Amino acid sequence: MPVNICVLAKQVVDPEMPAAAFRIDPDARQVVPPPNIPPVVNGFDENAVEAALQIKDEQGANITVISSGTTFALDVMKKPLSMGADELVLLQDDAFANSVDSFFTVQLLTSAINKLGGFDLIICGRQASDWDNAQVPLGVAETLGMACITLGKKVDVQDDKVVVERLAPDGFEVVEADLPALVTVSNELGQPRYPTLRGIMAATRKRPTVWTTGDLDLDDDQLEPRVTLHDLFVPEREQDCEIIEGDDDVDAARKLALKLREDRFI
Amino acid sequence: MADATGILVFGEAPQGELSATAQELLAAGRTLADSLGQELAIGLIGADLSGAPQQAIAHGADKAYAVTNPALADYHPDLYLSAMQTLAIEANPNIILIARNNEGRELAPRLAFRMGVGLAQDCLEVSADASTGKLLANRPVYGGSAVAVVSCNQTPQIAAIRPKTYEPLDADAGRSGQVVNFPVEIDPSVAKTRVVDVVKEEAEGIKLEDARIVVSGGRGLGGPEPFAQLEELANLLGGAVGASRAAVDSGWVPANYQVGLTGKTITPDLYITVAISGASQHMAGCSGSKAIVAINKDADANIFKDARYGVVGDWEKVIPALTETVRELTQS
Repeated sequence: MPVNICVLAKQVVDPEMPAAAFRIDPDARQVVPPPNIPPVVNGFDENAVEAALQIKDEQGANITVISSGTTFALDVMKKPLSMGADELVLLQDDAFANSVDSFFTVQLLTSAINKLGGFDLIICGRQASDWDNAQVPLGVAETLGMACITLGKKVDVQDDKVVVERLAPDGFEVVEADLPALVTVSNELGQPRYPTLRGIMAATRKRPTVWTTGDLDLDDDQLEPRVTLHDLFVPEREQDCEIIEGDDDVDAARKLALKLREDRFI
Repeated sequence: MADATGILVFGEAPQGELSATAQELLAAGRTLADSLGQELAIGLIGADLSGAPQQAIAHGADKAYAVTNPALADYHPDLYLSAMQTLAIEANPNIILIARNNEGRELAPRLAFRMGVGLAQDCLEVSADASTGKLLANRPVYGGSAVAVVSCNQTPQIAAIRPKTYEPLDADAGRSGQVVNFPVEIDPSVAKTRVVDVVKEEAEGIKLEDARIVVSGGRGLGGPEPFAQLEELANLLGGAVGASRAAVDSGWVPANYQVGLTGKTITPDLYITVAISGASQHMAGCSGSKAIVAINKDADANIFKDARYGVVGDWEKVIPALTETVRELTQS
């Protein structure tokens, strides 16, 4: 039986954009998406797609990618399909604004997961590079009552269980759980594969399923905001760097060592 | 929840010793408790906590719950969560603080969702408004490029605090407080995951998190070999070697070398960065360093904005000369 896998993926502003392009709208308390720099699939979520594809390569899997947001760059969000995922479900509504409140996002995603009949395995990136909340996957696991293993660097399915190499501060542990389970993965999983030409062609032909508020069974109580954002600002950097000059790099290096000695760091 | 009052921090006590992280949380909690005029309690979880509850009182707690069960001897997220929720319901605090360390990264969000409340994640600074009892938290977002100020709308208000952002209070053995033995029932069937193997990949020598001096390398090194030179310099200085995420992702050094938002948080006296550009997500792991040295050939690199000393130059020339001079200075 192919494994029925769900990957949760988020569209984010490109974290590799030049620092000068990073702008905040203080009144809206939102980051202004830079013009001319397209959004990307959150990096850790691409690792999650890769983890799912490795299971698909090994033993066959059906991979459904789910994302929520107000607007999507379809060519960006189709990247997991061009890498080899099977289905794309977009939860798209003006009410689904990207916010610091993970609770709401979890309600949307779990509602969609239930509507799709549930999955054997849900794989997520450890956190999104915009709000860095690292909460949605854990909230989905809690809400659905699933086993939860975080920070995977390798994910295998063996019979009816998932076996994960989980990062630890001084190495890793091998953790397993019976399916259904949710696993979060980190960049240590390795580079996600590039889409193939055939994958890109296949993805072009696929149409995502798009659901709005009316398609999801949302409980009003659960939609009450849990977190309020009061302010969003770019922190000041106050350090004045003393550039150590020298006749050449070797001379500058020697002067640096003497300076560090003088200031009693070494 | 009505009448929620007090601050509850969760702490660890491996081998019956209060962890440094728990001491930091007590320092953060003490500030909140004093500004609200409320009690500061700590929930210590384990099988045998030995003298840790008394240590917690010496470090600022008014009350220390010894949350015990033989099943809690080793960390297991599902079992610890069960114990934490039991205490949180019993103590009914206004605010809960949890360390955003390896365990807290999974415990804090799961506890918040289990209790149906919000979480202020990865906070650098927390304060409380005495008139409303509201917790206000500053937390970096967008990889540290911005800071968000957030609050939680329900109680308990839960905040996860980034390690090493608060200084522990000096222990005062004369402080008085109450130790509450709080044995909990644990249903072993709630454990849905099993650890089947533990693989240690400890780097030799001094630990990165404990080192007084750290030498880190980044993408600009171009390969794994230059790390041997950084190792030599670090050894001379009695320090440890770290790396940026780019160097780890390229496979040049193991994952446990990584300093940054998703790697280790370090607070050395001296942090020497070599060919590291200084992306926000890297600085998130080292901004507590007392002094940063930037060695980078690009004078416009971000790292110079955070550095106290900089050398704009080619690391291949700078590092051998720096190492040689350090050798002369430290061995003369």
